[in-house]
Amino acid sequence: MAEFRLPKNSRITKGRHFAAASGVTNVRQIAVYRYDPVSGDNPRMDTYDVDMDSCGPMVLDALIKVKNEIDPTLTFRRSCREGICGSCAMNIDGGNTLACTRAIDDVKGSIKIYPLPHMPVVKDLVPDLTNFYAQYASIKPWLQTRTPPPPDRERLQSKDDQELINEPAACILCACCSTSCPSYWWNSDRYLGPAALLASYRWLVDSRDEATGERLDELEDPFRLYRCHTIMNCTQTCPKGLNPAQAIAETKKMLVERKF
Amino acid sequence: MSNPQRPLSPHLSIYRWPITMMTSILHRVTGLGLSVGFIVLCVWLFDAASGPGPYRLFTTAFGSIIGKILLVGWSFAFFYHLSNGIRHLVWDAGRGFEKATANASAWFVLILATLLTAVFWWIRS
Repeated sequence: MAEFRLPKNSRITKGRHFAAASGVTNVRQIAVYRYDPVSGDNPRMDTYDVDMDSCGPMVLDALIKVKNEIDPTLTFRRSCREGICGSCAMNIDGGNTLACTRAIDDVKGSIKIYPLPHMPVVKDLVPDLTNFYAQYASIKPWLQTRTPPPPDRERLQSKDDQELINEPAACILCACCSTSCPSYWWNSDRYLGPAALLASYRWLVDSRDEATGERLDELEDPFRLYRCHTIMNCTQTCPKGLNPAQAIAETKKMLVERKF
Repeated sequence: MSNPQRPLSPHLSIYRWPITMMTSILHRVTGLGLSVGFIVLCVWLFDAASGPGPYRLFTTAFGSIIGKILLVGWSFAFFYHLSNGIRHLVWDAGRGFEKATANASAWFVLILATLLTAVFWWIRS
């Protein structure tokens, strides 16, 4: 159900300010959500003055600089730093995106950084994605077939058929879309969310997959699919420029069309 | 699912609302408003059927400033819910999902509902 206020243990308090060293002129301030599971204290917002003259262009560069030079206790996930692994997904300046592909110069004023919204926080900017991954597994994201494969070659598909799965298959499962969705905020226990539904669509339209009927049966449920109310936050926020909202609409269409 | 020991990350309070999120929540709010408005419409019909006394009471109440503001609000809710409902129908046909199109249709629906409300009250006066 919709709960608009944060639980008592989640309300954010004012944190520490880490001022820039004297003599530094080109400063950007970043405010970061901090939660320490060892102390168990309420989350707080720490602010860091970052010297932009010795900092890379992306928000992730600033975070790494803070961790290396100012506060080594700052915790966040990151890996590829080029927008393909999806590890550094977080809420920057009010929108979910990848810290490695978000330019510091595109944000005005002090940069506010929170973990992905409405998720249990493990530490600082690290959310617990267990439920998100379980939902992805629940749509059976693999090829399901009934017929035996051709004896002499792979299961082939036409170029046109391949293009249908091209875009949905480009999803990196960063969870930006699902955690941007108010419907997912209030019903993540039963609604699959845009990321899992986009993945499901990728298999629904795959010409080689032979479990389309069973896949649609699984989705025909008031919550799993139909909690999507076309709020469009998923498509607005996707750092890869994909369109989960459209994939969900196409899935709803498939459910209607198979009745006739 | 969630470990109750773990804090919940902030959501509504920190998310920057895209225009499409605004129009979506407004669709729900106007829908709720119209449900209340329908009860008022029934009261109006009931009063009209009960004779001049109750009917005058009703028209005096809704002739007041607050009453007029409510009526303008309900007419906007009607036109907005209608226009945005048609937008949802187009979406159900699988069209208009590109980011730019969805943003444009959001503004279109907001402006259209405002214009229709204005025209409605202009014709009435």
